[in-house]
Amino acid sequence: MIDKLQNNDRMLMTLFTLMVLAGPILLAPFGAGYPDLLQRFCIFGIFAIGFNILFGLTGYLSFGHAAFLGVGSYSAVWMFKLLTMNVIPALILAVVIAGLFSLLIGFISLRRSGIYFSILTLAFAQMSFSLAYSVLTPITNGETGLQLTLNDPRILDGANTTGSLPSTNFFGLTMNSTAKFDFLGMVLQFNVGFYFCAVMLILAFYLAMRIFRSPFGLMLKAIKTNQNRLNYTGVNTRPYTLAAFVISGMYAGLAGGLMACTDPLAGAERMQWTASGEVVLMTILGGAGTLLGPVLGAGFIKYFENIFSKINDNVLHSWFSFLPDGLEDLIVWVLHFFVGKGWHLTLGLLFMMVVIFLPGGLLQGASHIIDWIRGKKQSSSTQISNPNSMPAE
Amino acid sequence: MDAILLQILNGLDKGSAYALIALGLTLIFGTLGVVNFAHGALFMIGAFCVVTLQRILNISTVTIDPTKTDFLGNPLKVKTPYIIEWFGEGAGMAIINWSVPLAILFAIPIMLLVGYVMERGLIKHFYKRPHADQILVTFGLAIVLQEIIKAFYGANPIPTPAPEVFRGSFDFGVLIGMAENAVIYPYWRLVYFAFSALVIAGVFAFLQFTTFGMVVRAGMADRETVGLLGINIDKRFTIMFGIAACVAGLAGVMYSPINSPNYHMGMDFLVLSFVVVVVGGMGSLPGAVLAGFTLGILESFASMNQVKGFFEAIYLPSIDQIIIYLVAIVILLVRPRGLMGRAGVMED
Repeated sequence: MIDKLQNNDRMLMTLFTLMVLAGPILLAPFGAGYPDLLQRFCIFGIFAIGFNILFGLTGYLSFGHAAFLGVGSYSAVWMFKLLTMNVIPALILAVVIAGLFSLLIGFISLRRSGIYFSILTLAFAQMSFSLAYSVLTPITNGETGLQLTLNDPRILDGANTTGSLPSTNFFGLTMNSTAKFDFLGMVLQFNVGFYFCAVMLILAFYLAMRIFRSPFGLMLKAIKTNQNRLNYTGVNTRPYTLAAFVISGMYAGLAGGLMACTDPLAGAERMQWTASGEVVLMTILGGAGTLLGPVLGAGFIKYFENIFSKINDNVLHSWFSFLPDGLEDLIVWVLHFFVGKGWHLTLGLLFMMVVIFLPGGLLQGASHIIDWIRGKKQSSSTQISNPNSMPAE
Repeated sequence: MDAILLQILNGLDKGSAYALIALGLTLIFGTLGVVNFAHGALFMIGAFCVVTLQRILNISTVTIDPTKTDFLGNPLKVKTPYIIEWFGEGAGMAIINWSVPLAILFAIPIMLLVGYVMERGLIKHFYKRPHADQILVTFGLAIVLQEIIKAFYGANPIPTPAPEVFRGSFDFGVLIGMAENAVIYPYWRLVYFAFSALVIAGVFAFLQFTTFGMVVRAGMADRETVGLLGINIDKRFTIMFGIAACVAGLAGVMYSPINSPNYHMGMDFLVLSFVVVVVGGMGSLPGAVLAGFTLGILESFASMNQVKGFFEAIYLPSIDQIIIYLVAIVILLVRPRGLMGRAGVMED
C-alpha cells in the first residue's frame, strides 16, 4: 500500500513537472502563453501551496498571509538595492525575513484558535499594511513603493556605467530575456524568469508533498480533525501549528521575493486584505487540503482575471450583435458590471458560490463527476479530506 | 488639562463609530453565533443611503432663464430640484440642507430589509457549517456588496455635508468654565456622539425592558430551552439581525459628514471593529461599547504631538496608526477573554 502510494506520488510529481515546464507550449493556444502571466501562475501557485499547508492541513484560517508576501517583496528589493542584482541572495533574505516575521505573528496569533485566530491575523495584516504604507516610510518608501535607483550601492556588482537600471539576473541570465519561436502560427515564448519561477514552483510542490506524507503532516491533519483529543492525550499541539504557520509564511515570502525578481519593485498594496482574501479563495476554489488544488485554483483565478479584465463593452457588443438591439444593450449593460474593472465583483460572487455549493473545491467537484460517470454513489478518495470536519477544534 | 479634554472629545466620534459597529457585530454573534465579516459593508451601505437620498432630492427640472445669459451670450439654464418646486423655496432648501438627518428615516427600512434578506437568504444556511465557512461566505458577500457600490457610485469619495447649522465648530471650553479658544470642537462630532449614545441606550433598553428583548436575552443564554417553550426564537433572531444591520447602517449615515462615503470605508472600519470586539470580549454587549470608546479615545491620545514625540524617541513613529493593534495584542496575551467577556466563548 505504502509502495503504491509512493508510486502514485512519483507519477503525480513527474506529470506536474512536465506540465509546468511545458507551460509556454501548452497554454499558448489559450492566449496565456506570455511570460508575465505564466510567472504569475507560478508565483501565486507557490503562495497558495504555502497557504494550504496551514489552512488545508491544520484548519487554521489565516486572513493575513499577504503580509508575508509583502515582507518578502520588500526584503528582496532591498537586497537588489544593497548587495547585488542576482536573485539568489534576494530570495534567501526574503524567505528568512518572512519566516522570522511569521514566527513573531504566529507566536502571538496561535495562542487563540477558531475565529479569534482569523481576526488576529487579519488585524496583523492591516497593521503591517499601515506600517508599510505610512509608518515605516524610510524602509518601505510609503505610498510610492520601493524601487531601484541608479545610485544604489549594490556592493557586489560592478559599477553601473550604462546609465539605465540594471535588471535582475540569475548568475548572468537576465530574468526578462525571452526566446521566441514561431510554431503553427503561434508565438511560443520561453522566458528565463518563468523557468526560474517554474523550478521554484516544482521545488515548492515537492516539499509540500513531502510534508503531506510525513508524520509531521499527519500530525497537522490530526490537529484539524480534533485538537482537543490531541491535547487530552498529552500532545502539545502549539509547536506543530507554529511550525506549519512559519512554513507557510516562508512560502509566502518566497512568492513575494519572486514577484520582486520578475519586477523589481514592492508596494504596500500587496499586503492589503484583498490580497489575503485572494489566496484564501485560490486555495478553497482548488480544494483545501489537496496537493494539486491550490495550484489549480491559483492558475484558474489568474487566468480568468486576465481574460475578464480585457473584456470591455465593445467586445461584449460584438459578441451579442446577433441579438435584437434592445436585448443586446440590456445583456451588455448587465454583463459590463462583471467584466473589465468589475472583475472583483465576479471574484466575490465566485468566492460565495464555491463556499456555498462546493466547499471541497474544484477537485472535489471533479471527483464527484468522475464518480457519477462511473456510477458510484460515494467516493473515499485518499487525496480529498472531509470538508465537513470541524477545523481547529 | 484642556489638551486632555480635547483628545477625549476627539476620540469620541471615532469611538462612537467603533462602538456602534462592534455592538451590531456582538448582537449578531450573541444571538446567531455567526461572525459577520460583511458587517462593515452594512456600515458602508448606510453611508451610501445618504448619497442616494441626496441624489433623489436633487433631481431637477431644467428651465431656460431668458433674462440671464452666460459669458457666450447663450441663455442660462437653471436647475430647480423638484423638491423646491413642490415645497417652495424655503422648505425645499431646508429639506436638502437636512438631508443627512433625514437619511436616518430613509435608511432604517432599507437596512432592516437588507439585514432580513441577508439572514434569510444566506446566513440561515450556514448555522450548521464550520465557522471557517461562515467567515468565508460573509467575506465574499462583503466583497460583492463593496463592488456593487463601487460599480454604481464610482471609486471616489462623495462629499455629504452636514446641515449648515452644524457645519462649524464651537468653543466647548467656555461651556464648562475654561479659558476661551482652549477647546474648539466641531458641532457635528458632538451630534454624532449624542446620536450614538442614544442608539446604544435604545438597544440596551430594548433588550432590557421589552418582552421581545427578554425573549431574545433568554435565547442568547439558552436557545434550545427557549425553543422548547414553544417560542419561535429563529424569527426573533432574524429580527435581531435586522436591528444589528440597522445599527451599523445608522452609524454609517451619521458618519458620512465626518468621512465622505467611499466604497472601502466598510472594510477599514470592520477590521478595527473586530479588534474592538475581541478586546471587549466576544459576546459581551457592554464590553463592545466600552472597548469601542476606550480604543477610540486611546487612538486620539496617541495622535497627540507630545505622545508621538515620545514614541518617536524610542523609534516608534506614527504610533497612532498602530496603537489599537498593539493594545489588542497585549490584551489577548494578558487577558485572552477580553475586558468583559466570559472565558471560552467561540474558542473552537
